[in-house]
This record gives sequence, C-alpha cells and structure tokens, in this order.
Amino acid sequence: MTAFARNQWYVAAYGREVGRDLLARTVLGEPIAFYRTEDEEQRVVALADRCVHRRFPLSESRLDGDRVVCGYHGFTYDTTGTCVYVPGQRRIPRTARVNSYPVVEQDTFVWVWIGDPELADSAAVPRAPHLADGENWTSVSGMEPIDADYGLLVDNLLDLSHETYLHGGYIGTPEVAETPITTEVDEAGAIVRVSRHMDDAECPPFYARSTGIEGRITRHQDIEYLAPCLYLLHSRITPAGQEAPAFHTEITYAITPSTEGSVYDFWAVSRDFARDDEEVTTFLHDFNHTVVMQDVDALNLLQRALATEPAGYQELSINIDTGGLAARRILARLAEQKQ
Amino acid sequence: MTTGSGPAAGEVYRVHWLPGTDLLHGSCHCGAEHTDDDPVEMWGWMLTHEHRHEESHR
Ligand code: FES
Ligand SMILES: [Fe+2]
Ligand SMILES: [Zn+2]
Repeated sequence: MTAFARNQWYVAAYGREVGRDLLARTVLGEPIAFYRTEDEEQRVVALADRCVHRRFPLSESRLDGDRVVCGYHGFTYDTTGTCVYVPGQRRIPRTARVNSYPVVEQDTFVWVWIGDPELADSAAVPRAPHLADGENWTSVSGMEPIDADYGLLVDNLLDLSHETYLHGGYIGTPEVAETPITTEVDEAGAIVRVSRHMDDAECPPFYARSTGIEGRITRHQDIEYLAPCLYLLHSRITPAGQEAPAFHTEITYAITPSTEGSVYDFWAVSRDFARDDEEVTTFLHDFNHTVVMQDVDALNLLQRALATEPAGYQELSINIDTGGLAARRILARLAEQKQ
Repeated sequence: MTTGSGPAAGEVYRVHWLPGTDLLHGSCHCGAEHTDDDPVEMWGWMLTHEHRHEESHR
C-alpha cells in the first residue's frame, strides 16, 4: 500500500460537479460532503460526511439555505461544521460539530486539504491554468474511479511506454516504448519530470484524427508530476520536416487517493488547435475516455492480481521505470513529513 | 536522506538514458556522476553517495 501524504492539496471534484445538491467524495479515507453556498460568492463548502449524532451521511441530507439538515434526525450544521440546531431541545452540546475542510477552487478543480488545517496554504495549490483558459485552450475532461492503490496510477502515468502495448492503435505507437527517457527530480518542489522526445514517429489515431496529420511526426512528451496529486503531460506534435511545434496538447491528471484501495482518476485533454471544432472536441473526449478506461480496466485487474500475492512480492524494474521509481520515493518522503 | 524540514531548493537529480545503449547516466546537484544499468541501483547511488560539497542546511 502506498502511504497517504496528508498535508497536501488534493482534487476532490470539478467545480461544475459541486452545486446545490450535496456531493459525496472520500479523500484519503475521509468521507466528505461538498456543496456550494447560495450567496454571491457561491463558495464551495466541504464538511465531514458523518453526522455527529448517529453518523448518518450528510451527503444524503438536504440543504436549508447554506445549512445542512441531517436527513435522519435533523441536526443542522452551518458552513463551518458547527451544529446550530438539534431537535426538541434548546441546549446544543458543545461537541456537536463536524470537521470542515479548507477548500480552494482553482483551474476548474475543487482542491481540498485533509491534513493539519494550520498548514493549509492556498497559495501552494499546484496550477493547471490551461484548464480555465478558454481563450487559448479547448478542454475536455472527466473522472473515473479505480479500485486500485493510487501508487499504481502514479506508476502508470510516469511510465508512458505502456502506451505502445495497452493503448496500441489509440495513442501508442512502437516509438513510445523504444525511445529512451530522461528523468529529473526536483526534491524541494517534489516534482518529477520525465521526457521522451521522438524525432521520427508514427502519428497515432488520437493525433491523426484530431489534427489531420497524415505522415510521420516529431512527438515530444514532457511530463511534470507535481507530487502527490497533479500530473501534467505537455505534448508537442510537429509534422515531419516542419520546424516549430504545430500542435500543443496539455494532458492533465489529478490523482486523488480515495481509500487505501481506490483512487479518483481525474483526466483532461486541452488543445490549442481546431479550438472551435465541435467534432474534434467530441472525438477527443470519447477517444480519450476509451484510453482512460483501458488504464482503469488494467489497474483494476492488476490490483486484484496483486491482492492475491504473498506480502513482499518481488518486482523487476528496468530503465523505463526510472521516473516511476523516483515518484514512489518522493511520495514516501511526503507521507513521512509533518504527520 | 530528506526528512523533517525537507530538502533545500536547487536539489535536482538527473538521470539520462543514454540513447543507443541500456545505460543510465545520473548526475547529482553536487556534481557527482554515476553510470548504471539498473534504475533501482541508480536511485540507490543518488541518495547514498557522499555529496561533493557539504551542504550548509544539513
Ligand atoms: S444521525 Fe444525524 S441527526 Fe441523527
Ligand atoms: Fe495509459
Ligand atoms: Zn551528490
């Protein structure tokens, strides 16, 4: 099991998912109910999703203005999680409160802080500005839950050589697995960068059908993993023989551990070409969803296989794993920090 | 190793997979270099080698 790093920001939802209906998400094992306030600010509120009375899920309850009224016996909580009403009596027990979590809404994501609230620095939320930049980028996005240790998703995303095999005919071509990578670890920033520059590569259907390129391409994959949650893949496609990168795609993932054996896989594809072409938008959404589901199925399967292995099973790492190994070490360090 | 207050800014480790070979070439922010054919060994070296200049924050 990959240990959780608690004092970190995690994506809990897209902003569009949070409104006047309570949304339930479990982050780092903590069930949380999200909603948006009625006032002008339309602030996102994150409260522990268990009523202090008999632990009924507040996400299955209703809102009365900006208060949550527990759906079981009516304990009522304000946006800070303080209980402001209990049925039948005037005295509200002093311990009648649920946890409220620091939240930042930024770059279309709702980020939540599970650890020590004293350490929550909203300026330290990692950025994915392209997602909210409708002027220059057109984005498609989604989220898939996976029944796997979040470390397996980190492994998967840090080693794109699997594109050749798991995503052949979609985003993979022989060159991905064949091309050596460079790996860079920025210890202070907890950032792992993995780059793979393919000088002469086949154009996979994902790019051929979205860009219209027919021939071979130069394909650059530059990963920045801002551990633990945000993963940015800067993709640059240039038709062979051309100078400047013609097609930029930003592929974003947010990797949010839900429970010890499950993870939320938030994914987005942003492009700076054919920006108003609805057909391209639909194609990239559906095609990428298919690709994500290939990973989801593989990781569900892998997790089930690993669960039957005796403890301390042996792995074998090769050069393609250089980035994934670096990420694991960074995650272990973050998990140890300031607990 | 890096615990407690965490690492200082500027601590960057790089590993290049040398094209046309199975070899990894690692370089530490201290200037030390190492070649290996196994990424586990490479990171092992990276984290345990004697840094060339003693860093002030230790
Ligand atoms: S469980 Fe919520 S009021 Fe009883
Ligand atoms: Fe994949
Ligand atoms: Zn060194």
